[in-house]
Parts: sequence; structure tokens; C-alpha cells
Amino acid sequence: MLVSEPATISAELQPYWERLNVGFPQVRAVFAECLTEAQALLSEEGINSYIDNARFLGKMGRGVEPILVYLEEAPTVAQHAGEHSLLMLKDFAYLLSKSTNFGAIVPFLQTVAAVSRRLHSQELLQQYLDLSRQLMEDTTSSVHGHHKTFASPALPEFFKQAPKLLEILSLQGLKNWADYGARYYNDHPERQIEYFALQSADSKAVLQRERHGTLLVDNERKLDLYMHGLWQDGDPFIPYSVAFDELRVPYFNAEGIRLPDVYDDLQLPSPTGRGAGGEGTLVISGIDRYRAALAHIAAHRRWSKPVIADNISPFQRMAVEFFEDIRVEQLAMKLYPGLRKLFMALHPIPIEDACDPDQQSAVRHRLAMVSRAMLDPACGYRNKDVCEIVARFQRIMAEGESSTLEMVDLAISFIARTRRQADLSANVYFDNTEVDYRDDNRHLWIFIEEGDEEEAFDKPEQVEQKEVFSGLPPRHYPEWDYSAQNYRPDWVSVYEGLHPSGNAADIDRLLEKHAALAKRLKKILDLLKPQDKVRIRYQEEGSELDLDVAIRSLIDYKSGAQPDPRINMSHRNDGRSIAVMVLLDLSESLNEKAAGSPQTILELSQEAVSLLGWAVEKLGDPFAIAGFHSNTRHDVRYLHIKGYSEKWDDSVKARLAAMDASFSTRMGAAMRHAAHYLEQQPTDKKLMLILTDGQPADIDSKDGELLIADARQAVKELDRQGIYSYCINLDPKADEYVADIFGRQYTIIDNIAQLPQKLPELFISLTK
Amino acid sequence: MTNLDQYKVHQQPFYQAQGDEVALYEAAYSARLPVMVKGPTGCGKSRFIEYMAWKLNKPLITVACNEDMTASDLVGRYLLDANGTRWLDGPLTTAARIGAICYLDEIVEARQDTTVVIHPLTDHRRTLPLDKKGELIAAHPDFQLVISYNPGYQSLMKDLKQSTKQRFTAFEFDYPAAEMEAGILGKEAGIELGLATQLVKIGQVARNLKGHGLDEGISTRLLVYAATLIKGGVAAKAACRMALVRPITDDADIRDTLDHAIDATFV
Ligand SMILES: Nc1ncnc2c1ncn2[C@@H]1O[C@H](COP(=O)(O)OP(=O)(O)OP(=O)(O)O)[C@@H](O)[C@H]1O
Ligand SMILES: [Mg+2]
Repeated sequence: MLVSEPATISAELQPYWERLNVGFPQVRAVFAECLTEAQALLSEEGINSYIDNARFLGKMGRGVEPILVYLEEAPTVAQHAGEHSLLMLKDFAYLLSKSTNFGAIVPFLQTVAAVSRRLHSQELLQQYLDLSRQLMEDTTSSVHGHHKTFASPALPEFFKQAPKLLEILSLQGLKNWADYGARYYNDHPERQIEYFALQSADSKAVLQRERHGTLLVDNERKLDLYMHGLWQDGDPFIPYSVAFDELRVPYFNAEGIRLPDVYDDLQLPSPTGRGAGGEGTLVISGIDRYRAALAHIAAHRRWSKPVIADNISPFQRMAVEFFEDIRVEQLAMKLYPGLRKLFMALHPIPIEDACDPDQQSAVRHRLAMVSRAMLDPACGYRNKDVCEIVARFQRIMAEGESSTLEMVDLAISFIARTRRQADLSANVYFDNTEVDYRDDNRHLWIFIEEGDEEEAFDKPEQVEQKEVFSGLPPRHYPEWDYSAQNYRPDWVSVYEGLHPSGNAADIDRLLEKHAALAKRLKKILDLLKPQDKVRIRYQEEGSELDLDVAIRSLIDYKSGAQPDPRINMSHRNDGRSIAVMVLLDLSESLNEKAAGSPQTILELSQEAVSLLGWAVEKLGDPFAIAGFHSNTRHDVRYLHIKGYSEKWDDSVKARLAAMDASFSTRMGAAMRHAAHYLEQQPTDKKLMLILTDGQPADIDSKDGELLIADARQAVKELDRQGIYSYCINLDPKADEYVADIFGRQYTIIDNIAQLPQKLPELFISLTK
Repeated sequence: MTNLDQYKVHQQPFYQAQGDEVALYEAAYSARLPVMVKGPTGCGKSRFIEYMAWKLNKPLITVACNEDMTASDLVGRYLLDANGTRWLDGPLTTAARIGAICYLDEIVEARQDTTVVIHPLTDHRRTLPLDKKGELIAAHPDFQLVISYNPGYQSLMKDLKQSTKQRFTAFEFDYPAAEMEAGILGKEAGIELGLATQLVKIGQVARNLKGHGLDEGISTRLLVYAATLIKGGVAAKAACRMALVRPITDDADIRDTLDHAIDATFV
């Protein structure tokens, strides 16, 4: 640091400066500022302790840094953990200084204020110091035969990460995480550093294990059900980590809905929500916090329309966002009144007089007050502007849904009418204005300037080059044209070919992976297995007398009562008579990663079909497997994987192992073609299972409805042929069309990772 | 002769028409065409038939079908008594003789060899052979056959044969639209419309979850139950949990979601 001239110390501060009694010019430079801040936070006694401990650190012989950082940070620590912590800090720094770990003093002091903000009590701070000390002892090594000890590689990294870690871990979790690193990397300084710097994979894994609160990954299905059930909406959830990402609030875009990976239960000190008075506490569970965030997002998705941002100033934009947030929440609460309680608990309560609108930029504060007042009619704000706009807002909402555009008008007029000189000040008032369950509203704006015009031009339709597909000559099938309410005859060409083969052992490996599941299934399958003869009792006519019943009847008869005439029994061959066709959608989209799983949809389908094949084979039902994809109506591929006459053997498994996905989904034609095989099976029941991840589509069919209607028509045709079609759909958006095609005969698998388990279970329950 | 009057529906049942089904049914009846009513459980199928029987002033004989039912349970059988044997008509035979509407409820439950006995009654023959008795009954001109079934039972083992299906005209029922359903709850249980609307909303949440782990949503019947409980003094949330959620699912996630829907709907 370069000090040109000694900073002056005012007469008032002179006694303190003398008490500190250190010679570093760098300390002199910041002393006045630090002390003023400390005086605002500490008692007179606290100030003395602050200075005495600082002096000690200055004279410890470890340079100027420790005392500088201490002067800067210690008052905040004392504010959160009590004034006794001033002494605790010094003692701990001294402990480090005496050992070989003096290098960790600065990182320790630099982060301890943030740590104490999380811990909020002297006891917890003490525990934190204890566990740091334990870590120091566990990781400081002395080599046998030498007198020298080596500094802990972990300690400085640990201190640097501590605030971040405590954001998501309880102190106990932090201790477990640290213990793990100390135990496993004691002999390996580099790896130890990596672990404590949160760089190694296992370090992150242990962190995940130790974190508290409600994890998104554990609750995806529940939240999916929430979206579908209450909002008829749904998209993949993508977690972001509060610890490692910059992102602070949820958002959604074309890829999905982003939510924090964990929400803690929120303990509020008052029954009515944040910051308010009143006896008692209110706990909002993590899952309800997710639901609140999703309710807000779902409300936007239902009622918000994007608007052009270019001519709207940043202040106006902020107001539009606040107002639009309020509007959609009002509508959501109209639908589900119970939401108000949840929103009110989570919404901060801006304190009316906390912000000086002549000194600070108070726009945020005003808007947050409006937002609060719209949730909580009893909030009692007096601000004229706020009350006026709230009244106007309520009138608008009483009339109907209003619109995003009306909110833009309302926002612009509000900003114009409440403008203040200080609004432009850099000193923005933030306290209690951030509503953290609300998304960031990026969906609300269209920016014309940055627009990528190129996309506006239609890309020329790209028909992918077809490779030569050697096989049988094509079969032609009609396609249903719903607008003409008629078939287009011989419209689609279906080429059938043998699916290429891979390595059968891959499938055996997949089956092994699911050995536990297979075992469970086997039990159910054994029950389903046809027993050759089943006795049917209580028959008037039958092949044998049922003695029990006959005697009972005779007694009734002799005693003058009405005898039961059903005294015979007969036998029935309980052959299951079901033929199954499994039709797999092998279109391009299967190559995508399944939400919430490291595997692709294709890989999961492959596992699922392997298990299903294994299960059906066990039952002995005749079954076939085929895949399909399409590249215009002239080229629908039907890939034969297993035929009815083939055994579930290595050649079939080898074809499954080579399963591959490309092109589109012309479902109707494939179903018709598959039906023509299934129809020939001499069984009583015929079941076609269609496994797909999306709606029927093809590149030469612009009208999305067309192929849906055709598939529906195919289902009808199959029904007439005595074939029961059933769709297993992996598309979270399938609600929009799957019932149109399959009526009631479908299941949507929300959590695709469960497919391998679900598919055989479903088959079993369908044929039970 | 059998007392016709005992099979009559004397009091007008409350039935809220969903569309033009009443007129269509009358048309089917006047041509004596057999009728099939499809639809999820508790959506008003039985109530509709009861209402039509009342409106047409015809006797109604209802048979709840089950797996153990044999053809004799429908047609009739010889009974032994002190004087030897005596023939007793089954409900289908009675209906054919007296000219009643015979309503076979949940026909898919019956075994397929049982179902075929209705075939001769459903085509131009309109006869019922009583093989054991050696009698061929020509159906009374007022006789009509009605069957109901729920296509939602997702098992292909429980489906009607094509040859059976293709003998009937059919009505496809579903749960009524929200407003209408609320009206039905109001009338049936005597609750006010605001409350009825809230109940219907919860019903719809469950219906949205069909296919996501629920085989059937919440039926109108269950909504009527909930309304009745509330009318009887049970707290709304408790009544909903008891009548709407617990009966339909054992899936913890779904239960939790529906419970939340109840909390979000009732304050
Ligand atoms: N349109 C309607 N008008 C009047 N009440 C109705 C109507 N729809 C349903 N309900 C009510 O729902 C209850 C159940 O209806 P109903 O017994 O007719 O169902 P269902 O379709 O026959 O069911 P299931 O298939 O289980 O036999 C009725 O008792 C009645 O309270
Ligand atoms: Mg928002």
C-alpha cells in the first residue's frame, strides 16, 4: 500500500489511536473509518475490547494484514455473535499464529464475518471455531523423525469456502464434510486442497449428501403433479445451485423451469410472515416454497404476454415487472384463495419509514410496498402514492383479468407521477424489497434491437438424405385426412427391414443392472403364470359334483329350505391368451437426455424394453418388438427386432443392443403395419404397446393436427380389428394430445428414469 | 303375474342433462334399440337410466354384474321345493316378459360366456331362449336392454367382445363441465354454489392427474359425498380429505398434491 501522507486522526479519536498503539501507516489510513463503523455497532466496553484485541494482533509479528482485516471485519462479527466474539477471534488467530498455520489467519478473518452472519449466535460461532481447530489438528502433519511440522494444506481453503458451505449446510453438515476430507486425504496434500477448495467430485458429492432442506431432486414428481394437477402445465425442472451459481431467483425459458436445488423450511418469527410483529412463529416447508415459486411461474405462463422492451426505461421496466407479478398473483389467488397465505408469508414487508425518499432511490421500496399492500390489505401503509395506486389496481382487478399491456400503462403512469429527485441516486434502498420466490421475468420482454432476424426466414425444408435401406418392397397404407374426413389412399410407404445387430451381451448387462427389480417382478410373474386347470365352483352344470356344496344343499332340502342348485363344478383351462406387439418410436428426439437422468431417453427405453422382453418371455405370451421412424410419407421405416416365432435369444438381444434413433414419428402408418402382424395371432386378446416420447410428426406435415388425427384413426381401426392399443408416453406435455389419440388407453411417465421399472409393471397390470 | 308397479320409478329422480342425451335416448327407445352407456365411474350413468325409466314411465330392472354371475343368474333356473321342481325367472327374463327396461350395470365384470345370452334379445329376433325350460320368449314390445360399462378400467382382459359391442347404440358420458357439476352438487346435497364450485375445482385437479399415477379422477359421486359431509357439519378440509382424497389413492405424492390443492382452495 502506498501512503503519501499520514492520515489525520481527529482529536476525538486520538485516545483510541493511542490505546491501539501500533506504528503501521496502513492501519493509520483506515483507522478513523473503521472506528466510526465500530462505534455504531459496539458498546463502549466493546470498543475497548475491539482495540485491545487489535493491538494484540498487530504485535503478533505476522505483519500488518491480520490487524487490518480484523479492524475491518470484527464489528460485524460482534454484531451477529456478541461482543465476546472479539476476544474469541483474537484467541483463535493467536492459536493459528503459534502453529505452522499462520498462513490461514488472513483467510480466517476475511470470511468470519460472513460466517457469523449465517450462524447468528456466539455458541454456533464457538462451535465453528472448535471444528476449525479440530480440522487444523487433523490435517497438520509432522513427519516421523523430523521435528518440523507441516502446515495444514486444507485450512486456508476451508476458510475461504466456509461462508458458501454454510449457505447450504448446517454446522453439523459442515463438520461432517470437513471430517470426510480430513480422513480420506490426510496423506495427499494436493488432493486435500482440491477437496477443501470444493473442486473434487467427491467433495461436491459429500456436500450434497450433507445439505439440509428440501431437495428438488427428491420432489420432482410431487412438483410435477402440482403443475399438472393445479395448473395443467408442466415442463422439466432444472435445478440451479444456490451455492455455486450466480443465479438467485427462479426463471423459465424454452428449456424448462429453473428452481433452486434446495429450499430450507423457513421459520418466520411471526405468524403473519416476515418481519411483522405478533406472537408465535410460522413455518413454511420447503415443498410449499417450491409450490409458491411454481404457482407464480404458472400464473405468468397462463396470464402474461411478452411486451416489447425497447422503449421502456429501466425504472418503468422494474415497475412493469412488479405490477405484472402482482396481477398474475391476484389472478392465481382468485383461483386458489389459499395461496394468499403462502405468498403473504414469503413476501417481505417493506417498512414504510425505513427509507428516506429524499436521500435514497426509493422506487423499489415504493413498488415493494404496493406489492405487499396488494397481498395484505391490513398492512396499513400511509404513503399517498402507494395507497392511490393500490386502490386503482384493485379496481382494475375487480373488472377482470386485465393484461400485461394494461400493466405497462399503469407502470408508466405510476413512475411519472411519483418521480423524485433522489430516484436517480446510486444509493438504492433494497431492504425488504426482494421477493425471492418470484422469477426474474425474463419471459416478459422482447428486445427488437438484438433480435436475430435471420431466424425469421424459413429455413428450407431439409429432407435428410436417406441411406439405402435394403429390405422388402414397400407396403402402402392410407392416411386419414381429418379436414376432408376421408382417407388418402396408399399415401404412405412403409419399408420393413431387419434391425441391425450389436452386441447381445450389452443387453444381458442391462438386465443384470436391474437384477433386484427383475427379482421383484419375477414374484408377480409367477402369480400370473397360467395354471393349467382352474376349478370353477358353484355351477349348475359341470363336470363333477362339488361335494361340499351338494351336501349343504341336501341338508337345506331335507330341512325344507330352498337348496342351492349350483352343486357342480367344472374346470377351465386358464390359458392366458394374449399376444403382444411392442412398437418403439425410434425418432431423433430419443437421443436427448432424459430430464433428471444422465441417460438418454433411448438408453432408458432400451433398458425398459429389455426388461419387458424378459418378463413377457417368462410368462410365455407370444410377443414381437419393432421400431419405427419416418422421413416423409415416402419413407416410413419399420424395423423388425423380434418376431412372434423368434425366441428371446441372443440374436434378438443383439438387435435391441443396436437400437438407434433418428428422423421423425409417423405413428399411424407404423401402427397399421404392426397391426397386420398382430392381427394374425390366434389369441383371444391382442395388445399393442406403443412407446413414444412425443406426438406424431413428420417433416412433410406442417399441420400438427394431421398426424395426430391419423393416429387416432389408426387406434380406431385397430380397435375394430380387436387390437387393444395402449400408449406409454414419455413426453411431459403429452396431456395436450395423447388422450385425443388413445382415449383412456395411455400412461404418461413423468419421471423417465423410472421407465425400466414402470414398463413391465404396466404390462403386468394391463394383462392381469 | 308379476307386479309391474314394484319396478316403476315413482318419484322423479333429479337428473341434470349434459346435452341432448334425453331426446336421443327417447329416440332409441321408441325404436327399441339396445343402448350402451359408457363413462367413468360415478358420472351419472345409473342416474340417467333411472331418470329415463321414470320419464318413459316404464318399469326398470337393474342387475349389478359381477365375475361370479352365470347365465342362469340372468335367465332363471329350476328350484327344488317340497313338491318337486319349480322354474324361477331371472331378472332378464322377467324384464322381457313384462316389458321393462333391463339395465345390466358394469357388464364388463361378467364373464364373456354369460354376456352372450343377451345376444338374441339385441337383434331383430328380440327373443330369449330358455334352453332348460324349453321355452322361447318373445320380448314384450316395451322391453329394452341397456348396459353400462366403464372403459377406464385399464385392462384389456375386461373389455367387451366386438360382437357384443356392435349390437348397441352408445352414449359416452364424462364428468359434467365445471359449472354444471357445481349445480348438481348444489341440488343433490343442498349446499351453496360457492362451496360447490370449490369442490369441483378439487375434482378437476385430480382429473388432471389421470394417467400420471391416477387411474380415475374424483367422481361426481365422491364430490356429492364430500358436499353431504360438509352439509352435515364436517369441516370442509376434513370432508375433502376423507371423501375425495383418501378413497382414490395410496400414492403418497398424489395424496400430498391433492391435500395441497385442498389447502389452496379453502382458506
Ligand atoms: N347428471 C347428473 N344429474 C344428477 N346427479 C348426478 C349427475 N351426475 C352424477 N350425479 C350424482 O353422482 C352420483 C353417481 O352417479 P351414478 O350412480 O349415476 O354413477 P354411475 O356413472 O352409474 O357410476 P358407476 O359406473 O360407478 O356405477 C349420483 O348419485 C348423483 O348424486
Ligand atoms: Mg415474475
